[in-house]
Amino acid sequence: MTRLAFAEDVSAGYGPQTVLSAVSFALHAGERIAVLGPNGGGKTTLFRVLTGELAPRGGTLERPPRSAVVPQTERSRLDFPVSALDVAAMGSISRLPWWRRPGRRERGTARAALDQVGLAERARDSFGDLSGGQRQRVLVARALVQDAAVMLLDEPFGGLDEASSQRLNSLLDRLAAEGRGLMIATHDVEQAQRWDRVLCVNGRQVAFGEPAEQLTPDVLEATYGAEVVMLPGDGGRGILSAHHHHDPG
Amino acid sequence: MLATVWQAIADPWQEPILRRAFAEVVLVGVAGGMLGCWVLFYNLSYSAESLAHSLLPGLVIAALSGVPLIIGGAVGMLVAALCIAVAARVPAIGRDTSVAVVVTTLLGLGVLLALSPDTPAGLQGLLFGDVLGVTDGDLLVSGVVLVAVVAALVVLNARLALVGFDRSGAPALGVSPAAVDGAVLVLLALVLVAAVQGLGNLLVVALLIAPPATAKLVAGRIPVMLAVAAAIAVGGGIAGLYLSYYAKIASGASIAAVLVAAYVLTGLLAWGINQRPTRSLAEGTS
Repeated sequence: MTRLAFAEDVSAGYGPQTVLSAVSFALHAGERIAVLGPNGGGKTTLFRVLTGELAPRGGTLERPPRSAVVPQTERSRLDFPVSALDVAAMGSISRLPWWRRPGRRERGTARAALDQVGLAERARDSFGDLSGGQRQRVLVARALVQDAAVMLLDEPFGGLDEASSQRLNSLLDRLAAEGRGLMIATHDVEQAQRWDRVLCVNGRQVAFGEPAEQLTPDVLEATYGAEVVMLPGDGGRGILSAHHHHDPG
Repeated sequence: MLATVWQAIADPWQEPILRRAFAEVVLVGVAGGMLGCWVLFYNLSYSAESLAHSLLPGLVIAALSGVPLIIGGAVGMLVAALCIAVAARVPAIGRDTSVAVVVTTLLGLGVLLALSPDTPAGLQGLLFGDVLGVTDGDLLVSGVVLVAVVAALVVLNARLALVGFDRSGAPALGVSPAAVDGAVLVLLALVLVAAVQGLGNLLVVALLIAPPATAKLVAGRIPVMLAVAAAIAVGGGIAGLYLSYYAKIASGASIAAVLVAAYVLTGLLAWGINQRPTRSLAEGTS
């Protein structure tokens, strides 16, 4: 399996403060890694290090050749007058020199990406008029236009209903099957168990490995502290307190 | 009847002063209306007003010493930025207060200079606008500013939209929000310097804010909004000049009044249209 990203004892921070340390993991083509951690635990910082936006403080890091962040839809301005196609086409900007704007070819690529996420018919709709799940898929389409080998998804399931979550889940499965590497920041421990690896962070790395082995009560408590409620007779599965599901991380 | 109306429309165009004024409102209207959309998207309306006020001493000193206004405006803006940076470092003042203190002080200084008894007549135009006093040189400056603004907005359109839509995600796509903000502020300073002659330092913001705010009520896409805002700014500018000509009131104030009235009327119309389906739905279900 092709290795897309690798970190060994990586640390990162802002100004004098180190907010994330001792991160070691590898991401291979076709893998989905759940990134679990409390708000402020370092998930976003890790993504910024992986895209190259933030330089690591220490350790060894092999950054993915082409990575894209899929942000939470709440962080975009819903009143901004752009269509789904406009947003998807924004993915081409990183490849264009500063004086060039996305042209016919880039818009064609954006249209194809929207088709891939099942939104070809909504291309002309305003981004703000789409449902939460559709907006998330448009942002995935933007990452597809970036031709990203690695996608870093920031809590993509936040605020989605069951049907939208399922549709997004099957899209992520398909992207992984195509050979992309996915890192998905989430608070949903149950969902994390479905994926290939789990990376738990809380200011430092708590655990990395297969979900069935790593998601133990001790690891969850070290990741989330006292905010984890353990359900008896459920194999020690952790369910997080409600506010974690909706707070932007 | 038709002849009378035509006469009323054509009359102001007989005078070269008014022809130049019409040309000026077209040039600054297109530049101001289009750039104003981005000022609105980037929530820079208050910054635009502060910038306009802080340019005043530089403009007055440039006019008094015969230096081109654009140089005076640029120096005025640099001085304002330096004063704000210095004042913001004083712990007892703070950033927000420092902006208010510096902008108010510079506006006061500019007014003092412009209205001083020793100042030649005409400089009051920098405060309240004197579009009828526009020279061929002013038209040339406005034309150059228009070309620069339109070219920059066309080239930077996708990056402006990306930062406006998803500021925190822009760096991951290779676009620096700080650089884009800087470009908007430089263009803003250029338009302010070009438009201040016609509308005056105190009213120029109306040209930058009212047309885009009106366009936002009726347009759903950025290119359409830019075109509508430019059309409203030009139309409002021309209508304001007619109002000034026939009602014999100050031209800058007339233009600002027409632009604001267009916003209020469009807002009321949009509100009325939005209310209609709700009412019929309520009637249908009762």
